[in-house]
Amino acid sequence: MSLKLGVPSKGRLMEKTFDWFGARGVELGRAGSEREYAGFVQGIDNVELVLLSAGEIPRELAAGRIHLGVTGTDLVREKLGQWDARVEELAELGFGHADLVLAVPTAWVDVNTLDDLDAAAAAFRLRHGFRMRIATKYHRLVREFLRETVADYQLVDSQGATEGTVKNETAEAIADITSTGNTLRANHLKTLDDGLILRSQATLFGVRRAPMDAADRATMRTLTQALGLD
Amino acid sequence: MADRAAIRAEAARLRDLFEGAGATPVETAILQPAEALLDLYGEDIRARAYVTSDALRGEQMLRPDFTVPVVQMHMAHGAEPACYTYAGEVFRRQEDDPDRANEYLQAGYEVFERTAPEAAEARVFALIFDILRPLGLRAATGDIGLLMAAVEGLRTTDRRKAALRRHLWRPRRFRALMDRYAGRAPVPASRAKLLAQADPMAGAGPVIGLRTREEILSRIKSLQEDAATPPISENEVALIDAILAVRETSDNALERLRDIAVDMPAIRPAVERLARRLEALSARGIAVESLDFEASYGRTQMEYYDGFVFGFYAENRPDLPPVATGGRYDALTRQLGGGREIPAVGGVIRPGLTLQLGGGT
Repeated sequence: MSLKLGVPSKGRLMEKTFDWFGARGVELGRAGSEREYAGFVQGIDNVELVLLSAGEIPRELAAGRIHLGVTGTDLVREKLGQWDARVEELAELGFGHADLVLAVPTAWVDVNTLDDLDAAAAAFRLRHGFRMRIATKYHRLVREFLRETVADYQLVDSQGATEGTVKNETAEAIADITSTGNTLRANHLKTLDDGLILRSQATLFGVRRAPMDAADRATMRTLTQALGLD
Repeated sequence: MADRAAIRAEAARLRDLFEGAGATPVETAILQPAEALLDLYGEDIRARAYVTSDALRGEQMLRPDFTVPVVQMHMAHGAEPACYTYAGEVFRRQEDDPDRANEYLQAGYEVFERTAPEAAEARVFALIFDILRPLGLRAATGDIGLLMAAVEGLRTTDRRKAALRRHLWRPRRFRALMDRYAGRAPVPASRAKLLAQADPMAGAGPVIGLRTREEILSRIKSLQEDAATPPISENEVALIDAILAVRETSDNALERLRDIAVDMPAIRPAVERLARRLEALSARGIAVESLDFEASYGRTQMEYYDGFVFGFYAENRPDLPPVATGGRYDALTRQLGGGREIPAVGGVIRPGLTLQLGGGT
């Protein structure tokens, strides 16, 4: 057996993760060609690198198929019910910062708070005959966030280019991640004053009840010491 | 946990008892079109029900309760008055509590009747009370109609009343709105700034999406009107609080509410309904002097009930959900009736719980 570490398989998130581990004496890298999703680990024995889409890491952690994984807080909270009973946050890695926010058109000068959004949603439903649509891929988080404050809305699924849905009239408002707010502004959208749903960053998660043999446990101790997490 | 066959037999026994009390047995599909349920409950239903879909019929939900399909069936082709019973599985999505069942049986009894609403309420409650009597449960009762009447009676604008009515079932939001309308909570800074502007749309950028400039201006106008509206008086706020605080045995609760109605005559018809209901319950052998009444009961979790509400609880098992729940849901028949409506009251028992608590024979 070996300890399995799940890491995003491409892009800046992968590179920054490699850097973070490298700075702590654990060298991670991709093996073979650019296209091959295989990796290597140097500086510690019995740790296996598993390259995965960041979106699949929560599921793999919950299933116990990996022992450790790097992904965004937003994805873990969206995809895992009772997330804090199933995984623990071992370290915030200090990059991949993104806020999940609720945004409406800048032209809605009358809507700056959730309270305003609720009232506007009620009037919208009367006028248009359907509930105001909020485009997002974070269904659970948004629903939970709005449960006590806003009625008369519906979520519509948007897996990409969410900021464009309002202009395209497939949604009236959006809930999406933003790091600088530039994309929101470019699409004539603004964040509500109390519309911050979650602050997210790349985080190293560990499985709470993972099946591990004695060798794996020893490897885990060595790794957490190397990473300065104990 | 009792086995499934035993629970099914218990459900059949309950349905037989309901049938013996004059109900017609009915069946409903397990897969329900999602549209009606979504329209009724809004987005929250997706957190509580399982949604599935196919390319032909679109979104379907695994039946989260029987009430909606039974009402739809009755509104489509039911004779009046009508009384139905059913037994079968309901499905509830559980993402936060692994100990809560996501599939269980319900046996229910529903009465659609225009005359003597209090008698119908007493009939449903007493029937379930008698069936559950051997289990020694605590009955909780309430009446959403009191708070509704109190809101209607407030001396304030229709717009404020409508907002309070929309949030009757969200106690925190209701409280926040009351605080705002009573002038207890400060006006948000962003709104004060908006109302102070001569041309609020200056520098607003392009109007994108379906919500029009005219809709935005119309809301600004209503915000201006609201800012000029006098606050709801401290006296009226105190009366609403007094109603929500009523928590006594039913006979004492009635006296207390009659006292409150002296200062708030708008609730008098609702209080007299409560009085007639208690008489009807007494006539069916229920001891109202030991029956709990809580004016705020049913404000969470029971959002289609709009009058009398009740639940039965195993007091020594606080970990269990209510063994039975029910109430009046006139507004639901209006929403599903396509222009028609009929007063309706009903209740359900969970056979899995009656068995677990040692009942069933």
